[in-house]
Amino acid sequence: MKYSYYPGCTLKNKAQDLDRYARASALALGFELEEIPEWQCCGGVYPLGSDEIATKLASVRALNYAKEQGQDLITLCSACHHVLKRVNDDMKNVEDIRTRANNYSDFAEPYAGETKVLHFLEVIRDVIGFEELASKVVNPLTDRKIGAYYGCLTLRPGKILDFDDPENPKIMEDFIKALGGTPIIYSMRNECCGGYTALKDPEFTKQRTAQIFEDSTGFGADCLITACPLCMYNLNKSDAKAKVPVYYFTELLAEALGVKEEA
Amino acid sequence: MSFTNVENQVELIKEISGSDPYKCMKCGKCSASCPSYNEMDIKPHQFASYIIRGDVDELLSSKSAWKCLSCFACIERCPRDVQPGKLVDAARQLAERQRGGDHLQADEIPELLAEDLPQQLLVSAFRRYRR
Repeated sequence: MKYSYYPGCTLKNKAQDLDRYARASALALGFELEEIPEWQCCGGVYPLGSDEIATKLASVRALNYAKEQGQDLITLCSACHHVLKRVNDDMKNVEDIRTRANNYSDFAEPYAGETKVLHFLEVIRDVIGFEELASKVVNPLTDRKIGAYYGCLTLRPGKILDFDDPENPKIMEDFIKALGGTPIIYSMRNECCGGYTALKDPEFTKQRTAQIFEDSTGFGADCLITACPLCMYNLNKSDAKAKVPVYYFTELLAEALGVKEEA
Repeated sequence: MSFTNVENQVELIKEISGSDPYKCMKCGKCSASCPSYNEMDIKPHQFASYIIRGDVDELLSSKSAWKCLSCFACIERCPRDVQPGKLVDAARQLAERQRGGDHLQADEIPELLAEDLPQQLLVSAFRRYRR
């Protein structure tokens, strides 16, 4: 099975681990990521303004490319996943945005949200299945107590992203179980790390990440996993006493599938 | 459209946000959910009232719009679908459109950079701090 793959800006640079472990793991699980040629950065933050069109066009072009290939579109970064799904929802359901975005474009036919956008984890849950994943694990993460850190962008708004229950998600916990690890549930798992304010207000993100580490380790986590390069950065910058290692979920996946070394 | 007229500004905020501040029942769930509550001078649950009263200048000069993290907690949890984050963001956009987006200058960036700083952080900050 082949998917159009939208890596996004950070996976080509500071978050190469998120990308390469995903590619190796996908092959081990029987699907292939075909990178969209000439994809452009989604902008990292979904433009909320109802009259913002130009800032949505990079996403529209990638979505239309996948449509032309007849493929579903996979993405890994929480921010790309968020932006692409929301722009796709606009193209499907908001006539004004659809009309104006298509007016900017030279597509063979107007794009109207036909592409299905999937996060890599959704492919594992909905296409591969966690049982099938578990059957392919060669290095189970036995005795690992892993806290899933969802952050904000993978989950909300729940109605549009349709990723999981935004207040009580379980996709990453099910993923951890399938890899043989023990998921740790904690209350801060779907709260924001402070995001982009790290640039101008790093003390604030340090407060946020300290709370995340204190909460997760208080429930027994010995490491955290994330799908977001910005969460990863903010968590790594933390000077919290309770700090534990943070991994991209794809790294633990590749480890469990026995493909980490070749990635 | 003039940006100086208060009524126009209220209409612009409603239009940009696509949100109806009159639906707010002041339950405060947005402010209770907001990770940046302590950082804000005007709290998320107050935005609807400011807009209804036409006190848009206060919103545009408040620091709250720059403290919103775009985490969508208030948008998810609002029981009246007012989606306060959209009002906060509309105030931010109006301020940027009027002032030309001067909350982050390109010249400031080199000294804010860290070796391992992800591209995502830069593009996100640009989108939030500049037009």
